[in-house]
Amino acid sequence: MIRVDGSGKSNSLIQVRGLDKSYRRGGEEIQVLQRLNLDVDKGDFVGFMGPSGSGKTTLLNLLGGLDVPTHGSITVAGDEITHMSANKLTQWRARHVGFIFQMYNLIPVLTAFQNVELPLLLTKLSKSERRKHVETALSVVGLAERMNHYPRQLSGGQEQRVAIARAIVADPTFLLCDEPTGDLDRKSADEIMELIHRLVKEYGKTVLMVTHDPVVAKRADLTLHLEKGLLVESGALGVTAGGVA
Amino acid sequence: MKFSGLIFANLFRKKLRLILTIGSFAIALVLFTFLAVVKSAFSRGTEIAGADRLVVVNRIGLTQLLPISHRDKILTIPGVKAVTHNHWFGGVYQDEKNFFPQFVIDPENQRQVMTELVVPEDQWNNFVKDRMGAIAGARTATRFHWKIGDRIPIKTTLYGGRSSEFNLDGIYHSERPGGDESQFWLQWKYFDENAPAPVKSTAGWYVVKLNSPDDAVRVAKAIDEKFANSSFETKSETESAFAAGFAKQFGNIELLILTIGAVVFFTLLLVTGNTMAISVRERVGELAVLKAIGFSGRAVLFFVLAESVVIALVGGLLGLTLAYLTIPVIGLALAGLLPPLILSKSLLTMGVGFAVVVGVISGLLPGIGAMRMRVVNALRRV
Repeated sequence: MIRVDGSGKSNSLIQVRGLDKSYRRGGEEIQVLQRLNLDVDKGDFVGFMGPSGSGKTTLLNLLGGLDVPTHGSITVAGDEITHMSANKLTQWRARHVGFIFQMYNLIPVLTAFQNVELPLLLTKLSKSERRKHVETALSVVGLAERMNHYPRQLSGGQEQRVAIARAIVADPTFLLCDEPTGDLDRKSADEIMELIHRLVKEYGKTVLMVTHDPVVAKRADLTLHLEKGLLVESGALGVTAGGVA
Repeated sequence: MKFSGLIFANLFRKKLRLILTIGSFAIALVLFTFLAVVKSAFSRGTEIAGADRLVVVNRIGLTQLLPISHRDKILTIPGVKAVTHNHWFGGVYQDEKNFFPQFVIDPENQRQVMTELVVPEDQWNNFVKDRMGAIAGARTATRFHWKIGDRIPIKTTLYGGRSSEFNLDGIYHSERPGGDESQFWLQWKYFDENAPAPVKSTAGWYVVKLNSPDDAVRVAKAIDEKFANSSFETKSETESAFAAGFAKQFGNIELLILTIGAVVFFTLLLVTGNTMAISVRERVGELAVLKAIGFSGRAVLFFVLAESVVIALVGGLLGLTLAYLTIPVIGLALAGLLPPLILSKSLLTMGVGFAVVVGVISGLLPGIGAMRMRVVNALRRV
């Protein structure tokens, strides 16, 4: 169940409580997120929409442990990440978060296989075990036969598939997608969304996704709207701030 | 190592830049190594000098002679084990560019004092019996393809300018690594018989063998005191101090070489540092992604340093190989102008160390920048 009123059950996979984030720019304090609450259970697929500057990406960065909030807490699978040291947070990200970016962000000098293998280099898996995991991840995204191709030899949609394989290869607790179809044509975008949807439905992945595209947002179980740092509306399944099943 | 694929893939990202950087590193290291070899050649005399030997010269200067009678007086000083004397012959073999040092030696005492310069017994005996005999250092003999029995024509430039042919009776080797094997020894008796009157019964300098190196200061002082206020006052010093003073006649070679070496070092730092800085700046986004997916700041620093050290090591090894191949050729071309140029193992090791230090320092600043980079800011720039 996804809730935004802070009354979610204590065993939610992701619990966000009273989250504030502000920046100082030129002596002026800019409030990006305000007293935000959120509960996400395992297997949920949440979309975040909102105008530019509404705090979508900031929220994603905070949930992914890439940034620290001004106030409030984020707890993931029982670990409160808001007070972790930078080193702990890095280790935590490696274990719990799979990132999918708008621009794919693959390493151009590495093959698809090597790109997908990157998160596994941080584990104690042997070379053969890593190979097995990478091949499985690439099979899931339908690119097993392209594993030796470099990013420049792949289409945009294929690059994003490799990025998705990289995000899921270490079996993270949840996936954070920042405009995953923002740089793709409609057909490729549909294919990517189909893939993400399949990860949720078939593999039980938890996905939090930021998008500008209402068509893409419709694929989420629930779309939350961010405006001026507040979660002001919940969509898709017509739920209230009280929660949605 | 599981990260090697990532490190090498990044290294080969811009092949032309990599080749140019490695090439400039290699050439700079050839220059650095050559300078180090020249410096070592000039200081070798000091390094290999006997700790238990003194050199006694005329107080006025090395070009002034000392009477041969000083020898017996020096021998009476407690702590002196043996004394031998030398003259600078200053001859030319075929052409002035074929320079090698020629010394008139005292066969009776030479081997008691210069114990590390070894001549086979039969060759030595032939030399002692032969007024026109000569012994050459192994390096000089090899340089001119001499063999025992050859007649070596030498024209002296100091003592009347006459030309003589000497019989090569023996070849000496130095038992000390890096020892001087370029000398050419002549018989004192022959020299004294043919020397002009002012030079007869004189020595250019004395070399004194001590019972113990601990006696050096005391004996040197005693020798100089013995001849104080005489017509031929002496200046006695340890062989290493003498060698160092001799090298200084060429000017402050060490300072010159250190200055050029420092310029080479900083130029290399700038070249490699600039390459690494550009390389890191080009892939800020990629490094940010690595950090996002769980690579620590230290891991990112390690990747940058590893790339920088690999560039420096490859360039360094290439440069050292070039130096290894070219220095003997340069040494031959400069024979006579410079002391023997020897690229020793310690210099090669120093070259590798130098490359690693340059690699680490030049990668450090961009690496620390990448380590401290905030992922959120870097991703925003992608």
